[in-house]
Amino acid sequence: MIVELGHYALVLALALSVLQTVVPFVGARTGDTRQMAMAPNLAFAVFAAIALSFGVLTWGYVASDFSILNVWENSNSQQPLLFKFTGVWGNHEGSMMLWILILSLFGALVAFFGSNLPPSLRAMVISVQGLIATAFTGFILFTSNPFTRLSPAPLEGQDLNPILQDVGLAIHPPLLYLGYVGFSVCFAFAIAALVEGRIDAAWARWVRPWTLTAWIFLTAGIAMGSYWAYYELGWGGWWFWDPVENASFMPWLAGTALLHSALVMEKREALKVWTILLAILAFSLSLLGTFLVRSGVLTSVHAFASDPTRGVVILAILVFFIGGALILFALRSSTLSNGGLFHPISREGALLLNNLILTTAAATVFVGTLYPLAIEALTGEKISVGAPYFDATFAPLMIPLLLAVPFGPLLAWKRGDLFGAAQRLYVFAGIAILAGLVTLYLATGAPVLAAIGVTIGFWLIVGAFAEVWQKSGLPKAGVRTAMARLSGLPRSVWGTAFAHAGLGVITLGIVSVSAFQEEHVLRMAPGDTTDLSGFSVLFEGMEPRQGPNYTENVATFQVSRDGKQIATINPAKRIYTARRMPTTEAGIHTRGFSQIYIALGDPVEGSNQIVVRLWWKPDVTLIWFGPILMVIGGLFSLSDRRLRIGAPVPSARRRQVLAAAE
Amino acid sequence: MTRKQKRFTVIFGALAMLGVAVALVLTALSDQVTFFRTPSEVHAAPGQDTGRIRLGGLVEKGSVKHADNSGVEFTIEDTTDRIVVRYAGILPDLFREGQGVVAEGELQSDGTFLADTVLAKHDENYMPKEVADKLKEQGYWQGKEANAAQ
Repeated sequence: MIVELGHYALVLALALSVLQTVVPFVGARTGDTRQMAMAPNLAFAVFAAIALSFGVLTWGYVASDFSILNVWENSNSQQPLLFKFTGVWGNHEGSMMLWILILSLFGALVAFFGSNLPPSLRAMVISVQGLIATAFTGFILFTSNPFTRLSPAPLEGQDLNPILQDVGLAIHPPLLYLGYVGFSVCFAFAIAALVEGRIDAAWARWVRPWTLTAWIFLTAGIAMGSYWAYYELGWGGWWFWDPVENASFMPWLAGTALLHSALVMEKREALKVWTILLAILAFSLSLLGTFLVRSGVLTSVHAFASDPTRGVVILAILVFFIGGALILFALRSSTLSNGGLFHPISREGALLLNNLILTTAAATVFVGTLYPLAIEALTGEKISVGAPYFDATFAPLMIPLLLAVPFGPLLAWKRGDLFGAAQRLYVFAGIAILAGLVTLYLATGAPVLAAIGVTIGFWLIVGAFAEVWQKSGLPKAGVRTAMARLSGLPRSVWGTAFAHAGLGVITLGIVSVSAFQEEHVLRMAPGDTTDLSGFSVLFEGMEPRQGPNYTENVATFQVSRDGKQIATINPAKRIYTARRMPTTEAGIHTRGFSQIYIALGDPVEGSNQIVVRLWWKPDVTLIWFGPILMVIGGLFSLSDRRLRIGAPVPSARRRQVLAAAE
Repeated sequence: MTRKQKRFTVIFGALAMLGVAVALVLTALSDQVTFFRTPSEVHAAPGQDTGRIRLGGLVEKGSVKHADNSGVEFTIEDTTDRIVVRYAGILPDLFREGQGVVAEGELQSDGTFLADTVLAKHDENYMPKEVADKLKEQGYWQGKEANAAQ
């Protein structure tokens, strides 16, 4: 009965989404304020219906109701409660439910925070959100219904895929979806602007918090996914240039570009058409990601099901939204007035350079990701494009960007002074080059490329704070004056500094782990000791253990240095009972920013030996601390005063107000 | 700078960037693309695969041997042919004799294949898509339809 209630709520959500699409749109086009005023309530209602439906599905999982086909396929009564709960989105149907839940949440948030928007713009934005909700709710109901019943109900479920039985599943998909789907708000704003034919600096200011929010979640989601893959898959890699990773990375690149171009639009009313295009692209790439992952054209952990009709329907939705948006863009973008011109050497110029590089980089990732699919569709030849391709295209494009980043914030708007900025940066450049030289000196025989990489990393980190340093007036101004000045700085300045420094921290981590990582694969018997980068690792033995829904063989390794015991590491081989599926649980010990990583292989037949893979991963955690800094930067920017206050008073009205006051 | 010059600088910059990117992509695609082959395809056209390839097929039953130096040796087979694969590393959890596998690496002059990556399926009733497709083409499909089992 409860299950049918959830199903019914989903049908209701579809009907309400159609209303949410039609009524505000008609209202906005005819200027009917009553119809426009219905928009927020409809958005709230859709959210409530979808939340109810999602709640019922969650109840089915937590209560292990195996009369629901979806629950039977992906859950098991022996699973720990957390994995019963997260299992809701550990499958195709449930993850689409999470997708529309977050979509409707954003719709409701726009409705809630949008009271300062012009009514017609707000109605249009909510209407576009409604259209997206209609498409995806319909997709779920007609092709991937999570409420399909099973009769008679089996006694036990088939268990969640063991790779997904991890805390990571509780965090990674919701964060990633909040990012992906968050861009739908920017998309809706872009479409609304095109339909209304009006766009100005205020538009950029309204869109900015949404872009930032989506970007923050996407950054966190991608980083979290990377760390999850690193410790769960047991391969010790943090990024594989897997098509599914690329699918999340492309919207991130476009979103980062959007974040920067919207800044130009907000401050100088330039790059309007380009910003609109980026807003469309960011969400289009999110949709493409959903298509690649959910349609079954790719094979990966993420591709839960490959029912061909689903792929076709998602493709149709994709073509409708992307194609429709681009046609609208082509027809209407010429009506948008062009903004001011600027000197190439200026803050705008620097932001434009950022945009050029980021979008070009996104394009190379796009080609690398879709080329194999296109070749297979056209010629039938099966190829794969892996890390070497991306190393050869993405990396060379990024280096000029990384070098240019510290200059950007130091250039003035309109007309900057490159020589002046360079003069203010030479101390920082000196520190960075020194760091590179120290690397060469300390790690004898270190590759020159690694030293260059370390230099770039430090250049980004110290250069990121150049603007803050300069504004503080140190060292000439006293400490007290400097503190006063710093506390008076807009928070977005700090946001920029932290985000850019985060980029540098990531660079350092990547360079360090690529250049200085040590890896050994060897056979070890209990009592054997091996050397790993100055540590001595003793294999004590294996012992069986019983988990809630798996049995495991846990190995014990004692790590010591100069005779002093430092850590015990326990990697394991698990077998999940329900699916008879083995998994490898890596053992990790964190030391400073570095990690010792041990994964178990197969036992060697006819002996008590086991194949062991050990890594020393220097500074590897910086790769994930960097995104954390970026997220902190994003939060600073989000809390900036000018965004909290919201819409600026249009200057014409302000003048009238001032005139009236006089 | 005049208005025209400013505009020209921006457009020129964008085109230059695009040119560099196209050049990078084209060189990378001509060098770095990995073709997927089955053992019989490799033998049908000797000498065509000099760079990295992905070799796919089934792991021959009884062919997995652990070498002394923690390396492993196994045979990938399809309908008509087989190739011996050498790999120094840890085999994936779901690597099984008689099941689908994809090895990435280079063919050696002695006719064996030196792999640096071995990929197996992600769960118990899934086979790498390339392998499944190729095996179906060759009429060598055994076992359940990929993914459709549940």
